[in-house]
Amino acid sequence: MSTLAVHDHGIVHHEEGHEHHHKQTFLNTYVFSQDHKMIAKQFLITGITMAFIGMCLSLLFRIQLAYPDKAFPLLETLLGRFAPGGRLSPDFYMSLVTIHGTIMVFFVLTAGLSGTFANLLIPLQIGARDMASPFVNMLSYWFFLMASLVMVSSFLVQKGPASGGWTIYPPLSALPKAMPGSGEGMTLWLISMVLFIASSLMGGINYISTILNMRTKGMDLWKMPLTIWALFLTAVLGVLAFPVLVAGVVLLIFDRSFGTSFYLSDIVLNGQVQPFEGGSPILFQHLFWFLGHPEVYIIIMPAMGLSSEILAVNSRKPIFGYHAMVYSLIGISVLSFIVWGHHMFVTGMNPFLGGVFMITTLIIAVPSAVKTFNWLATLWRGNIRFTPGMLFAIGMVSFFISGGLTGIFLGNAALDINLHDTYFVVAHFHLVMGSAAIFGMLAGVYHWFPKMFRRMMDERLGYLHFWITFIGAYLVFFPMHFMGLDGVPRRYYAFTEFESMKHWLTVNVFITWAAIMSGVAQVVFIANFIYSIFFGKKATQNPWNANTLEWTTPVEHLHGNWPGEIPTVYRWPYDYSKPGHEEDFIPQTVPYSQTMSSNSVHDFEDNPAGLEEYTKWAVANKVNEQVK
Amino acid sequence: MLLSMFLLLGTNMLMAQDAATGTVATDSDKSAMWLGVGYYALLLLVAAVSLVILGKILRVYDLSQKIQGKKGINWNNIMGFVCIIFLIAGIYGATWSLTVQGSMSLPESASAHGVDTDNMFTVTSILTLIVFFLTQSLLFGFAFFYRGSDKRKAHYLPHNNTIEKIWTIIPAAVLTVLVVFGFFTWQKIENSTEVKGDINIDVTGHQFAWELRYPGKDGKLGALDYKLTTGDNKLGIDFKDPRSLDDLQADTLVIPVNKSIRLNIHAQDVIHSVYMPHFRLQQNAVPGLPTFFKFIPTITTAEMRVRTDNPKFEYLLYCNKICGGSHYNMQKVVRVVTAEEYQDWIAKQKPYLTDKLRTELKLAADKSTSAPQAATNRLALNN
Repeated sequence: MSTLAVHDHGIVHHEEGHEHHHKQTFLNTYVFSQDHKMIAKQFLITGITMAFIGMCLSLLFRIQLAYPDKAFPLLETLLGRFAPGGRLSPDFYMSLVTIHGTIMVFFVLTAGLSGTFANLLIPLQIGARDMASPFVNMLSYWFFLMASLVMVSSFLVQKGPASGGWTIYPPLSALPKAMPGSGEGMTLWLISMVLFIASSLMGGINYISTILNMRTKGMDLWKMPLTIWALFLTAVLGVLAFPVLVAGVVLLIFDRSFGTSFYLSDIVLNGQVQPFEGGSPILFQHLFWFLGHPEVYIIIMPAMGLSSEILAVNSRKPIFGYHAMVYSLIGISVLSFIVWGHHMFVTGMNPFLGGVFMITTLIIAVPSAVKTFNWLATLWRGNIRFTPGMLFAIGMVSFFISGGLTGIFLGNAALDINLHDTYFVVAHFHLVMGSAAIFGMLAGVYHWFPKMFRRMMDERLGYLHFWITFIGAYLVFFPMHFMGLDGVPRRYYAFTEFESMKHWLTVNVFITWAAIMSGVAQVVFIANFIYSIFFGKKATQNPWNANTLEWTTPVEHLHGNWPGEIPTVYRWPYDYSKPGHEEDFIPQTVPYSQTMSSNSVHDFEDNPAGLEEYTKWAVANKVNEQVK
Repeated sequence: MLLSMFLLLGTNMLMAQDAATGTVATDSDKSAMWLGVGYYALLLLVAAVSLVILGKILRVYDLSQKIQGKKGINWNNIMGFVCIIFLIAGIYGATWSLTVQGSMSLPESASAHGVDTDNMFTVTSILTLIVFFLTQSLLFGFAFFYRGSDKRKAHYLPHNNTIEKIWTIIPAAVLTVLVVFGFFTWQKIENSTEVKGDINIDVTGHQFAWELRYPGKDGKLGALDYKLTTGDNKLGIDFKDPRSLDDLQADTLVIPVNKSIRLNIHAQDVIHSVYMPHFRLQQNAVPGLPTFFKFIPTITTAEMRVRTDNPKFEYLLYCNKICGGSHYNMQKVVRVVTAEEYQDWIAKQKPYLTDKLRTELKLAADKSTSAPQAATNRLALNN
């Protein structure tokens, strides 16, 4: 499905390509392209396709949760043996939950988000002609596509896809007899994940080396837009954390296929004593969460970067506390490696260790709070232009606050005892990293659509899409907090077996309809997206009056981005509404010598020659004023 | 509005069909199904068409305004107003949810340590809710008050070190308090060191049930060895350990009120989790790694029935770690009783060492000197 999408889109451009006398062939321009802009589009369209699949899976299990006693003959027609008699089987329910989580976390919010925007924005915003190694960059996409295909294809095996939860804790995932999904489905999951990690590493190494080595003249680190900072730190996290997951996955493959006992010990399955001895299931959890926790920051940091940029551009104000924003990103990145144990407070890990992880976890709330306050201060006294991208960025901040605050409960080991693995956790992470990250991604899609596809998306459909999705997401996830506080565990196939959970059935129906409503809103988005690619209003070169470098490239895409020389950068990217300048933005490529009336002493902190010129000018100017 | 009415109508129709046809798939059922699908497809189509028409009307209106020399639709204003409406509706909705759905959550803690947990929960809730309402109000309030206009220019404010220091230090200070408070509560709760007088109870999880083991008259539980597990000795109890001989099996987790209970938690096949939310208690059951949780129940089941005004109320033990297809239905009733009731009840429980097992093991002991050896041999034969 995903290849098809890329393909279709390619054909049309191919035709246009002929009109503009492109010399490249169809194959190397649209399929095996090494141009970062095309690879970004490939990532985006594959990511959106995976997101759509992941969303449909969630709607399926939402229907089960809302109507546990009802048969839907349509489900049997569509799913066959996975929904006998029109009701999802408990094992398939687990598969849906597992694959929904895996797709959303890895394929949409890691590859779809970082892959798209790192590829698109890194060369364009730092002033490079392409990535450091375009060929490896292309491979990164193709490994990602293969991983996606293997993951989706696991629905075709007899016993169904992996079903041990997206965290695939052994022994459940290690013993093929423990549940149907732990057979071939799990094997495919592991293969897919190894491909995915290879893709992610190839991408990450590229992003880091491009940012460190290929910035244009004048673009020092403190002149980089926050998007680049966020994407850079995300790539660093990925390169350091993903290999640990490979280690974990390889040992799991050994346990599954070669009879080792890394994670297994003292097991009696279905009354039969198993030969495993000496392993520890907790070891896997350590390895998994050593990736798993940085992973949630790999997901949210690009969304933070994109939102920071969009909030500044559309508030027509500099981002508040640029340095604080960068330092808090760095703080989050460093801390994210020493908090993984908060996923394991009640797993049997030494309680003292739990206490230590609690301290580090709550420290990470400080940089997060700083970021939030800085976003709010950016809006304060702005001149806010409500583009759909801006609305999604505001929505991202709102979700980040709502979901982040519940993290203070879950990061507290003592409170986590009763909240661990309940719906409270589901509500928490769907708001703080699910909804917030997807809103960051959608904000990015609306904002940079003209750069990607040379046309604008329809704003009014964007507004509709935003409000339905935004309200829908709150209606879905807000009530879940209280289910969690009532001690309702997550990953339960039905609430009907427990008398105490039955009063939540009506709430489940409500949540499911809210989810369906949000799902329909995504159809609006897809329609708008596809329609705008072909028939949208033609974009101008700098449709948002933004300062960053990508808007200095011509609307027509060129391999190499800029015709002629790459522009030099003279100033930071956030000179919006600077007093003394008639326009409300000054692009990074405008030297201070051209904006004498708006310069301030602060602009020349490490530039004594410039400061001297400025003081001279200021004195002369004041003299003139006095003469008047 | 119209759309929601359609949707409601649709659900009713679909449900009516379900009720009428039952769950057996017949031909009429199939046609009813496709009718339902067609209905929804049509509904979507209608919605899409009305959306397009609405879009056209808006565009025509916008253009006609512009022709007349007016400004056209000011989306900045509209979105600013929607933001403030959302804020007000959101505050109302969140408050409603907090009160109505919040009151559906767990009753007061039925364990001694749970009181500390609940106190900390209350403190954290108050702090986070203040921040929640404040920051969301600022976010959407700013969005409304500073909605764009051509007449105005934004205020150039790149940074302000004083205010940044303030909003770094305040969260850091508040979190320090929570961390210190939480750290000591956690250390206190997690102290599962065995003390004389603790009632030790073994809880063993397997797909998909919990097994219980109570100590007999000696007050001590015997050793376990998973290799000894057979059909009759399903926990793998080592009966060479004299403490094992009087160990008791039970169906319900009955515990005396106000006594210190130490749960020894085991798993046989995959990870499970002992979750007793009324006691603010959770601990994973990990194969190969015995875990513990010590707590003091403070409210009997009978008393809780009165307090919750629910004569059928039962404390429950759920499985709270994904463990397979029937994970959702791994419950065990927990009953807190008075000390006398507990003595009566435990006197009636049967030992694990049944007569059948006794003869089996005696035989095994005669044949060879090591019981484990015999057990594994028998298992191999069974295969």
